Amino acid sequence: MYRIRLHGRGGQGIKTAGRILGEALFLEKYEVQDAPRYGAERRGAPIFSYVRAGKKPINERGIILHPGLVVVADETLIEIPAAGVFQGIAENTVFFICSNESSDFWRKRLGIDSQIITLSQSEEYDTALDFHYNSSVCVGAAGRLLGVISKESLKQAIEEELSVFEKTVIEKNIEISLKAYDELSSYEGIVKRGVGISADSYRRLNWVEPPFEGADISAPAIYDSGTSELALTGLWRTLRPVVNKELCALCWHLCGSFCPDSAIYLDEDGAPQIDYEHCKGCLICVMQCPRRAISVEAEHKKTKEAKGA
Amino acid sequence: MKRKLLTGNAAAAWGARLANVDYVPAFPITPQTEIIETLAGWFDEGALKGRFVTLDSEHSMVTAAASAAVTGVRVFSATSSQGLLYASEMLYAVSGYRVPWVLVNVSRGLSSPVTLEADHNDIFALRDSGFLQLHASTCQEALDMVLMAYQIAEDVRVRLPVIVNIDGFYLSFTREPVEIPDENKAREFIGEFDAHNISFRANVPLSHASAVLQGSIYSYFRYEHHLAAIQAISVFNESAEKFEKMFNRSYALIESYMADGADYVFIMIGSFATKAKEAVDMLREAGSLTGLLRLRMFRPFPEEEMKKLLKGKKAAAVIDQNLAPGKGGVIYTETAAALCNEKEAPFLISYIGGLGGRDITAEEFYEIEKEMRKAAETKKPPMARLLFSEAELEAVRKLQGIAGVEKKNEQRKN
Ligand code: SF4
Ligand code: SF4
Repeated sequence: MYRIRLHGRGGQGIKTAGRILGEALFLEKYEVQDAPRYGAERRGAPIFSYVRAGKKPINERGIILHPGLVVVADETLIEIPAAGVFQGIAENTVFFICSNESSDFWRKRLGIDSQIITLSQSEEYDTALDFHYNSSVCVGAAGRLLGVISKESLKQAIEEELSVFEKTVIEKNIEISLKAYDELSSYEGIVKRGVGISADSYRRLNWVEPPFEGADISAPAIYDSGTSELALTGLWRTLRPVVNKELCALCWHLCGSFCPDSAIYLDEDGAPQIDYEHCKGCLICVMQCPRRAISVEAEHKKTKEAKGA
Repeated sequence: MKRKLLTGNAAAAWGARLANVDYVPAFPITPQTEIIETLAGWFDEGALKGRFVTLDSEHSMVTAAASAAVTGVRVFSATSSQGLLYASEMLYAVSGYRVPWVLVNVSRGLSSPVTLEADHNDIFALRDSGFLQLHASTCQEALDMVLMAYQIAEDVRVRLPVIVNIDGFYLSFTREPVEIPDENKAREFIGEFDAHNISFRANVPLSHASAVLQGSIYSYFRYEHHLAAIQAISVFNESAEKFEKMFNRSYALIESYMADGADYVFIMIGSFATKAKEAVDMLREAGSLTGLLRLRMFRPFPEEEMKKLLKGKKAAAVIDQNLAPGKGGVIYTETAAALCNEKEAPFLISYIGGLGGRDITAEEFYEIEKEMRKAAETKKPPMARLLFSEAELEAVRKLQGIAGVEKKNEQRKN
């Protein structure tokens, strides 16, 4: 059975990418199961989707714990443990990262033995909305790495899954996917089918009986204040609001009053400062500022600048 | 007939579409909303001809559904979890109307604490509501069970509403290949709705669900309700036979997978049962005679069938994806009751697993098989167990640390 996990952020087309791969495998006469995985998160939060495909009906369910192929559409997720990109990887897991860096760069950086293949991002993108073309790169790349999906099936799957969009959008996605597909011809079929876990030799597990604990311990209550600060929701941001000091009139703090995450505070001078560890990038502040003093920048560019890359 | 990748939600909606439903009252809730969205789209584009109405709550939605059903039209609705419970006062009431309709529940664990993921405490809370219960384990079954549910519900021997249960996330948002029956064939299978004496005419006054203030008369009606529910066992079998002839898929009350001739069996319900199939395949490869029994019908409880299938087995592990606080697993309890006077009954072991969508791994099925074998050898079954690992307990401890549980207690002592 092929087990594929695709990582990205909410809004980047990861669910659709999983569905396209699933549909393409289905067109190739595979039994398929595909699903997105998300909870209460929103746009920008790390999410993933997964696809299983085999010649027999798929009985496995839920999150893929032992992937044969891990596809990373957004390289910024690699540094976020909560994204779970490395969950359950083994020596024979193939990594595909949509990145302008080389595979050597990532192999050194990550210190893992797995095969890593990279392909540059489709083109420089400015907004999160352009980002979904990266997902199309991933779809084409995954198709080739599996080695069992024809160009025709890939194209048909994209047409099917994107049918609600305009023709030009569909064509652009097909073009980007097929380009990635062509570029990886030398890696065709490097992803191997995984087998089930043997009932003869498996890693034993340690069940525990949770001890009885009184309600002072075992009630689902949070006693400490400020714990939500520990959730770094700033990692969900794909667009960053930036206050232009020149233009800010130090009004009545309209931006901060409307921020749903209380992520704008006033410094000693009474000037608004954005807490980027928690700002989710919803851009409500941008809309509220009467002076249009808050501008928008693409997060991935900012991150690169910060690293001096 | 076409074979397509569909989510469990879309498959359930297709079931309602093929049943040509007349009336759909709706209220959204995660993870069910896609069902009513899909149906709303079909009503909008004219693929479905009846009425689609949004209501202000699940309580009103169920009231509307049953009120429509007593006029003799075919009704469908869907909900989940807290929504099902919010409607429960009416669910108990309307099952006693003795009119058929179908409700899909997309299972999601109950609050508190709040969760979005699947377990069966929501649907089992409606265990005694008087609705019949069918449980799907694949997206295909989500569609097929809705079709069969109408046939069973509308049979004059039964005439009770049916809940078809599908698991949130594991089915609701998961796509699998689904054969969508040809429209005409589906209509032929399910037939025109023959409402018999269910009708609503302004010039023929009639009163439904009348008040009964005497215990003996009340007892008669309640017991007839019970007897009608039991009739659903043979009606299900008839419907399944017809279904198999027309669509070539065979559905037993209890799915038996490699259980014939097995010494050990897992007993389960819902989508996680396919995981057990995978485990059974691997255990068979390793030489273990293990199988699976999966309840497709939970109300009525197919007691005789269960006794027959368990006869002569050495041990059976009931894996309940639910927990009745102060008692334990619901399916375990009901299976134990079915077996209590049987001579060749297996040792029965109770496991609670998959609460709030918690995964059950292949390794856990293998460990359970080991415990079944040991129980048969030593003639001493182990205590009921929660499927829960050391690592999971550690994760809880970490969260309790952040939540300041210990700190709070320290402060109080000082
Ligand atoms: S974008 Fe603005 S309003 Fe939105 S979370 Fe960030 S600071 Fe707050
Ligand atoms: S709303 Fe605009 S002008 Fe007012 S404090 Fe915020 S950034 Fe400055």
